[in-house]
Amino acid sequence: MSETITIDGKEIPFKAGQTIIEAATAAGVYIPHLCHKPGYKPHGSCKLCTVNVNGRRCSACTFPAATGQAILNKTQELEDNRRKITQMLFVEGNHFCPSCEKTGNCQLQGVAYYLAMKDNHFPHFFANRELDASHPDLLIDHNRCIFCNLCVRASQEKDGKNVFAISGRGINKRLIINSKTGLLKDSDIEVNDCAVQVCPTGAILEKRKGYSTPIGQRIYDTQQIDQVSLTQETVYE
Amino acid sequence: MSDKIRVATTSLAGCFGCHMSFLDIDERLLKLAELVEFDRSPITDIEHCSDCDIGLIEGGVCNAENVHVLREFRKNCKILVAVGACSINGGLPAMRNHIPLEECLNEAYIKGIGVENPQIPNDPELPLLLDKVYPIHEIVKVDYYLPGCPPSADVFWTFLTDLIEGREPSLPYELVHYD
Amino acid sequence: MKEFIQKQFEKNHLQSVKLLSILREIQAEFHFISKDAIEILANLLKIERTQIISVVEFYHFLSLEFRGKYEIFLSDSITDHMLDKQSLANYFAKKLGVKLGQLRGDGLVSLDNTACTGMCDQGPAGLINGYAITQLSKPRIDEIVSLIEQQVPVEDWSKEIFKVADNICKTDLLLTEEISQGSALQNTFKQGLTETLAEINLSGLRGRGGAGFNTAMKWQFCSQEKETARYVVCNADEGEPGTFKDRVLLNQYAHQVFEGMTLCAAIIGAKAGFLYLRAEYLHLYSKLEAILANRRDNNLLGKNILKQGVDFDIEIRLGAGAYICGEESALIESLEGKAGIPRNRPPYPVVEGYLNKPTVVNNVETFLAAAKIALIGGQAFANLGTKQSTGTKILSISGDCEHRGIYEYPFGTTINTILNNCGAKDVLGIQIGGPSGTFISNQEFDRVIGFEDLATGGSFIIFNQQRNILDSVRNFTDFFVDESCGFCTPCRVGTSLLKKQLDKIVDGHGSAGDIVALEEICQLVKNYSHCGLGQTAANPILTTLQRYPEVYQKQLKAISYEPGFDLNASLAPARKLANRDDAGAYLAQVED
Ligand SMILES: Cc1cc2nc3c(=O)[nH]c(=O)nc-3n(C[C@H](O)[C@H](O)[C@H](O)COP(=O)(O)O)c2cc1C
Ligand code: SF4
Ligand code: SF4
Ligand code: FES
Repeated sequence: MSETITIDGKEIPFKAGQTIIEAATAAGVYIPHLCHKPGYKPHGSCKLCTVNVNGRRCSACTFPAATGQAILNKTQELEDNRRKITQMLFVEGNHFCPSCEKTGNCQLQGVAYYLAMKDNHFPHFFANRELDASHPDLLIDHNRCIFCNLCVRASQEKDGKNVFAISGRGINKRLIINSKTGLLKDSDIEVNDCAVQVCPTGAILEKRKGYSTPIGQRIYDTQQIDQVSLTQETVYE
Repeated sequence: MSDKIRVATTSLAGCFGCHMSFLDIDERLLKLAELVEFDRSPITDIEHCSDCDIGLIEGGVCNAENVHVLREFRKNCKILVAVGACSINGGLPAMRNHIPLEECLNEAYIKGIGVENPQIPNDPELPLLLDKVYPIHEIVKVDYYLPGCPPSADVFWTFLTDLIEGREPSLPYELVHYD
Repeated sequence: MKEFIQKQFEKNHLQSVKLLSILREIQAEFHFISKDAIEILANLLKIERTQIISVVEFYHFLSLEFRGKYEIFLSDSITDHMLDKQSLANYFAKKLGVKLGQLRGDGLVSLDNTACTGMCDQGPAGLINGYAITQLSKPRIDEIVSLIEQQVPVEDWSKEIFKVADNICKTDLLLTEEISQGSALQNTFKQGLTETLAEINLSGLRGRGGAGFNTAMKWQFCSQEKETARYVVCNADEGEPGTFKDRVLLNQYAHQVFEGMTLCAAIIGAKAGFLYLRAEYLHLYSKLEAILANRRDNNLLGKNILKQGVDFDIEIRLGAGAYICGEESALIESLEGKAGIPRNRPPYPVVEGYLNKPTVVNNVETFLAAAKIALIGGQAFANLGTKQSTGTKILSISGDCEHRGIYEYPFGTTINTILNNCGAKDVLGIQIGGPSGTFISNQEFDRVIGFEDLATGGSFIIFNQQRNILDSVRNFTDFFVDESCGFCTPCRVGTSLLKKQLDKIVDGHGSAGDIVALEEICQLVKNYSHCGLGQTAANPILTTLQRYPEVYQKQLKAISYEPGFDLNASLAPARKLANRDDAGAYLAQVED
């Protein structure tokens, strides 16, 4: 007999060792997330996946599923606060979507659309961040980095390299690149690395690939992120 | 006064793209004209806002004049709406925000290629620039937001018809986008 | 430089877990961590340069940029400000000819702020090249400035400058007398390890670091783990502003603290232990090393302790300036030579702690009490205090009172009693448990110290009627902005938003909706943050807003909305560049 948890009243089976989000995804239940990606080591920093487990708030992407958990996911309160957390990410960096090549295919946008976010609500930081266009095929626009750590993990876990790290503390966090000069061009990165593909936002981009899909046919033009996530992410690597 | 809904519109630090998109509601404009009346707006000659029901603001706030216009709207409009990316987060003009103003002006008026008679303009007729381009909600209270660069004609239509018909405006998924 | 680093590296047994220690040595020698140093170290330790950079950038006392031969930090605790810190800081800066936060042009000296250095009973305080200075005054500053200008090495400065007082004002069960060396261990071995754990259980001892977890239970969980390599860690990070009792305990009762750690090790079966000492207490380091050496000589540490077949030793690891490293899982990360970022839980440290092995982390005072209990038995301890909070609590009392210092009280003591003892008059309120704790007003002085009422790690800051609550709330909020590790969104961004919103209100730009907006951010930060830091970062605002809503209301304007920044000032650069002074060149903050 397999064990179960409930999410918003729906009974969901789980396997020992699964996190709540893994069990949910396998059962076709979407929990908003940004720093989580199936097949990657759980990280738990964005806090978008916060759910209520037996009255306690937990990050679904790191918290193990266990028998007897009654989980709330799609409540008004959680969705409202997830929207505010997303707004925090928007005001922290500089997200000028119209000038970003990732627009339409960006998970940060996708989540924001899903949460019906219409404005950024908080005062903007207008942080002074840099752009590294030194690499012939890639660029990194720090204005759009949300410190999800996925590129760090991808480089370590999938590419067997160590191109990225998150440095600094507090609001001065920054993504750093592992090369003597600190520039992307002098690092071990290659275009086909998972670390390049994994970025949920427009922070790491392939050059000369921008705006190739016409408006209307981009990922989140046609589909909501819950659908995209559930069709793409149930397949575990 | 007629019992039509009075609407005022303006473009601050914007490109009039949002206004153009508004006009894209095409033949629905006629229907709209039956219901609303335009106060201060680029599509009328009215220079100052009088009492209005709805004020639509395109663009962020980049100079002193923008502040005055925005305040006039806030004072006169029952409902103030931030229209488009620039009014919501400063948009493309705000990409100057990490460059000190002095550098911007030097580049434009002193050191830039092809500048003749280099001098930073100082005519009192010209509004002074703010140190940064601000989203309008950081200057006045804003009631609604219509995202998009520009928001599509359908966004305007849905929003205005909702309001006019007394519903709480709500945009379906397809209409929320930031580009 | 290469030789120096090579030497450090060998001294630290070629281990990357010692990265923080090595970086501390490099910083002390060269006053920054240069690019070359990073490359050399990365090669020697066989780690990525990015790991080194992220560690350097995380800790306050490490720097990628040169900080000068004399690195001065001034403690920025509210208690320092209450002792006129700001004007002394300005005086210091003027005398040195340097701006706060900067390195002087000639590269000789830098001056900056740092979070509370744990000298609240003898501030204004600071650090010079890592060593604590207290009771700053103008004459003292003159003396220091002249030593710096003459480039006298800090080692040769008068000991007077670095004097730190203990100020023990009231003693009870624990502080009246230190147990005699080895007596608790002897008793432990005599009565048996299981029996000693039973005594600790009977004592009802709960953690003194703040959270109050049952100590016996923690030790038992750890001892039941399958993995047999286990560790004992003593948390001497003492970063909560207003707390300084662990400093005094380590200065006068270190034997007993180490004895507590050793008996814990015997009970849980650990072979190695650490004292994680906050960088600000560097002045205690060599004294503590000597005590450890002495204990080894007396067979109270090392191999076959007291011939009972127990092997255990303790190593001191210094922090490098980060409040978050007091959080136990961040502390463990720091012990492993990494940035102090709190781990995901579960697993808890008792299951996967240092090097992912079962680890007990306890506060200094908890180990001190455990040693006493092992000697006098659980019941004698439980006889003191209340049912839910047995024994005594050591408080660090500072702020507006006659006798600042260390006080030991049985749990259940009323605030009134404490205020009487320390000579506090005309009190407005008290910050209990530091910024992450609670502010109580003078209507609540019949409340008691204890987990069931006012839980505290020991910080007790008294404010008299002349003080402005909003000053302390601002100081505390700034503290959390500076100390957020930045891992999770709600705390990283939320603490800065709290600061912006609070400043807006306090600076008089707030209007009707702004308090609601402030509370909204408070709730987000409190409820959605990853660890205890974020979860308590809104407490200074929440606890005062609840008690003094009118103080906040008074700051608000009657108008409906005002920008959160100085609108006219934002025209200043353009006004200057265009050289204009006409009416149109100015903006009113609100429409007239
Ligand atoms: C931000 C933060 C800072 C902390 N600082 C300290 C500290 O300086 N000293 C301490 O003993 N515990 C501190 N703690 C609590 C520790 O995480 C842990 O609970 C404690 O060391 C356990 O020991 P105890 O059970 O003996 O209290 C802190 C917790 C947080 C969240
Ligand atoms: S660059 Fe992209 S993948 Fe990497 S941390 Fe930033 S947002 Fe995440
Ligand atoms: S709550 Fe703050 S200190 Fe704790 S993990 Fe999050 S950012 Fe770091
Ligand atoms: S997805 Fe769980 S915290 Fe980011």
